[in-house]
Parts: sequence; C-alpha cells; structure tokens
Amino acid sequence: MEFSVEDFSAIWLTLKLAGVVTVTLLVVGTPIAWWLSQTRSWLKGPISAIVALPLVLPPSVLGFYLLLAMGPHGPVGKFTESLGLGLLPFTFWGLVVGSLVYSMPFVIQPIQNAMESMGQRPLEVAATLRAGPIDRFFTIVLPLAKPGLVTAGVLGFAHTLGEFGLVLMIGGNIPGATQTVSLQIYDHVEALQYGQAQALSLMMLAFSFAVLLLLYTFNPNSRIAGSMFRQKPKV
Amino acid sequence: MIQLQIALSFGDFQLDTDIEIPGDGVTALFGDSGSGKSSLLRCIAGLAKAEKGRVCVNGEIWQDENQFLPTHLRPVGYVFQESSLFSHLSVRGNLDYAEKRSRGRESLVSRQEIVSLLGIEAVLDRKPDGLSGGERQRVAIARTLLSSPKLLLMDEPLASLDAARKREFIPYLKKLRSALDIPIIYVSHSLNEVAQLADHILVLNNGNVQAEGALTETLSRADFPMSLDDDAGAVLDVEVVAKEPDWQMERVMFSGGELWLRDSGLPIGTVHRIRVLARDVSLATERHENTSIQNILPVTLDVIVENADTGSALVQLNAGGHALLARITQKSLARLALKQEDRVWAQIKSVALLQ
Repeated sequence: MEFSVEDFSAIWLTLKLAGVVTVTLLVVGTPIAWWLSQTRSWLKGPISAIVALPLVLPPSVLGFYLLLAMGPHGPVGKFTESLGLGLLPFTFWGLVVGSLVYSMPFVIQPIQNAMESMGQRPLEVAATLRAGPIDRFFTIVLPLAKPGLVTAGVLGFAHTLGEFGLVLMIGGNIPGATQTVSLQIYDHVEALQYGQAQALSLMMLAFSFAVLLLLYTFNPNSRIAGSMFRQKPKV
Repeated sequence: MIQLQIALSFGDFQLDTDIEIPGDGVTALFGDSGSGKSSLLRCIAGLAKAEKGRVCVNGEIWQDENQFLPTHLRPVGYVFQESSLFSHLSVRGNLDYAEKRSRGRESLVSRQEIVSLLGIEAVLDRKPDGLSGGERQRVAIARTLLSSPKLLLMDEPLASLDAARKREFIPYLKKLRSALDIPIIYVSHSLNEVAQLADHILVLNNGNVQAEGALTETLSRADFPMSLDDDAGAVLDVEVVAKEPDWQMERVMFSGGELWLRDSGLPIGTVHRIRVLARDVSLATERHENTSIQNILPVTLDVIVENADTGSALVQLNAGGHALLARITQKSLARLALKQEDRVWAQIKSVALLQ
C-alpha cells in the first residue's frame, strides 16, 4: 500500500480545501449564528431555511446551481470576472465557494444551538457588570459557545473532507487542481486499482475516527446529530 | 432620592408606578409573585425597556423622554435570584471580570474586605459548578459589589436557598448593609427577611404601588394592604438598657415604654430590631398585676379593622408614637366596648428578636 504522487497531491488538496473552508465558515458563520440566535425578525425563518438547505438538497442539485451562478452568465461569474479573477468553476477557489455553501449548516447550526442554550441571563449579568455589546460577545458569548464552536469546526472539516458529488460537479476532477481524495478513490476503483483505493479509504477512515475520538474525549457532551438541532437549554 | 416613573405592559399585565424612594438605606420591594417586583427591577437596570418612564437615581437620569441609557452604562449592581456566575470562569475570574470593568471608579469597599465580608476566601480558585448554592450566591454578591455600583438591586437573592441556609445568609446581608453607603432595593416576598433588613418598604400589588413608607411604620399599620394573617405584627427598633443574667433576660426601651425579652447577647446601648406579632398582643381595660405576662404597656387605640369572615379584629395601638398591632376577636371588641382613642393596656406575650 503506497501512495502515488497523485494521491499525495489529492491528500494535500483535500486538507487545504477543508482547512480554508472550515476557517472561513467559523469566521463568517459565527456572527450569522449569533444573529439567528438573538433576532426576533421575520427574516429568521427564511434565513434559517437557506442555511439548512444543503442538508436536504442532493449535492448534484446544489452543484448544478452553483455551476450556473459561477459560470460566465451567472451573477457570481460576472462579479468575479469584473474583479479580474476569471471564472471559478473547475478551479480550487470554485471548490472553496461550493464547499462553503455545502458545509454551512454543519458549522452554523451547532454554534447557533450553543448560543441559544446559554440563554439571556449571562449576557444580562455581563451588562450589569458594565460590559458593552462587543465586550460581551468576546468575553461571554464565545467562551460559553466553545463546545458548539469545537463541534462546528470538527463537523465542518470532516464534512468538507468527505464531499463527493458537489466537488465532481464544480471541480471536474482535475488532478492537482480540483481532485480531492474522495474523487481519487473513485478513479482508483474505476481503474480497478483496489490496493490504492484501499490505502486512501483506510486513511480517511482512520482520520475520521481519530477526529471524532478527539472530539468526544475533550468534549464528551457533544452530540453531532443533537447539536444540529435545537436543544432544550440546560437549567 | 430615587425617582421611578415606569409604565410597562406585556400581555394582560401592567406595571405602573410613580414614586420616589429614599436615596440611601435598604428599600424592600414586597409583594406576591407576579406583582411586578422583578419587572420593576429590570426597568431600573435597563434590562427591560419601559414604554414611557423616568428613572432618576440620586440626580443621575438613567431614563426619561429623551434618553434611555443602556444597562452597561448604568452604574447599577444586580443580584439575580439564581446566582448566574459565569461558568467558564473561576470564582476569581468572575470577580476580576467585574473589577476590570468598574472603570477605576472609587471602590466602595476594598476587594479584600468584600471577599472576607462574604467569606469566600477559600473558594477563589474553584469553578462555579463546584460551589454550594449559598457560596455561589455570596460570590455573585461579591462580584456585583466589585463593579462599584451606585445602586444595588437584589432580586430575591435568597430564593434559591433552603431555610437553614437563609438564616445563615442574613447576617452577611446585614454586614453588607452597614458596610455599604449606597441605596439597596431588595425584592422579597418573605416578611421575615424584609423585617430584618429593610429601612423602607414599597408594596406592589398587580403592578401598582399599594403602600410605601418607613418599614417600622408601614408594617405596623392595621390597614397594611396585604393580608398577612399570622405574620401581621409591629416592627420596633429598641435599645438595650439593662441585663438580668439570672433569668437570661434583657430590658429594652423605646418611646412607648420598656419591654423584657430574652437576652439577645448584644451589649447595653445597642439598638436592635424586634417584632411583636399581633396574635401575641391582647388588650385589657385595667392593669392586671397577677399575670405571667411581663410586658404590659399603656396604649391608645388608633385604628380598628374588623374582619367579619374570621370574626377577628386587627387593632392598631399607639405606644408613645410607635404603632403596635393586636389581634382580638370581634366578640372581645364588643364586650370591652373598645373604640378609637380609648386608653387601654396592651399585654404582650412574647417578642421575637430579629437580630
């Protein structure tokens, strides 16, 4: 069981993709989760539905629409071209955009649930101790939502690692540019290279297990399925 | 002076107050659950926004028609019913959080004093999860004080404690009352707590102020707006004037006369607070010498409130300018032909110490 040069480049590309996507989603998703957890606006329903859509849509549907949007006639495509960035489909950054959308609920929902379950009381207490809104966000909200943030990071990373349909639609399986591990495994199987497929699959299995083991060891109360949906606040 | 004009409604409930309370000492906010006590506190702290209102604390305007100061800009301290410590910080971290944000304002009492006053030296390095209910509440109070508030709001701080812990806690609160030089608004529905701690009382019922005034006077009124049943009674501040160690008794004095009570252990000259329950006071038109009752005071009948349902009457007596209450039956009232301004003898069976 040895990895080929293509295998290594697929592994590196996959890690890079999952890393960029996870970090971006944590940075962008945390304020969105905070807004969703606090707002009483009528927009909460529609925005929550949009955030959750990738959970139920087939990746091919999502990939298809993203492809149209990022293409030369799509709004995203026109925008990137006007910035002189060219078109995103079949590039690494296209994969990043697609994965951001695809993994969004896995990051936002655990954070939102953690924020909702902490209730208003800690924030009210902090306000009476003279902490302003931004101070409260960084010194109370983020630390108390830490278990949710860890779960969100792990889920976002692991989910991005494992996607297949969407990267195939948007990336087109170009070695070195858009060929991720899951696509490489598919190629090996197609070519009847079961040994190499086995090596990569085993690595994915071991890695995923190790990540989840870490999560449950340091964060024993996290439930991936449970953290996706609304939990009753702890009293 | 603390001025509170607050109008707030949610659902069927309406809170409507327009009062001024003293700018120092402890004001008890007394009333049944759902009477609007917590809502009033939340409006004072800015945690709830009264639709229209004016909150002015010793000259500083916190809310009026033109402005609404957000909570974090109000120099207010709030002790919640449950302790609400930050679970991600240690006890020390919780205290630091408050101290750092007190904006270098002149501290009322030093951190060391606060920590020792509340007896939390031993738990500074623990996490809130590892503390008992009483410890948690003490830390919460210490944390609030470290933020150097100019007004301290306490929302039933003892509600989450059992009876034994409550008794243990009251001395801490009393020490606090004398160590601090800021007004405290103390919410409670326990008459016992209120009688021990407060100087002033504000009674809320269904969102409206029913009575307001100095505690000793207000609680001793026969027409006190809440039905207190067996709890009805007068509260008096008395001075210890003599001790009788052989009988473990002490003599105390107030302007209405002298009383004998169980030795409080406090030195001669101390002023302390006692409670004389209405059910322990009976009336006589002549002075009886041969009785086991030691405390007999000459009084004048002030107000008589009859209750036909129970066949009883609550009589407010004037003892040298201080009010006492007696509960007697309507039958006795008729038999003795008692009426306002009559001079009678009040026989006091027992006196409860509140210290």
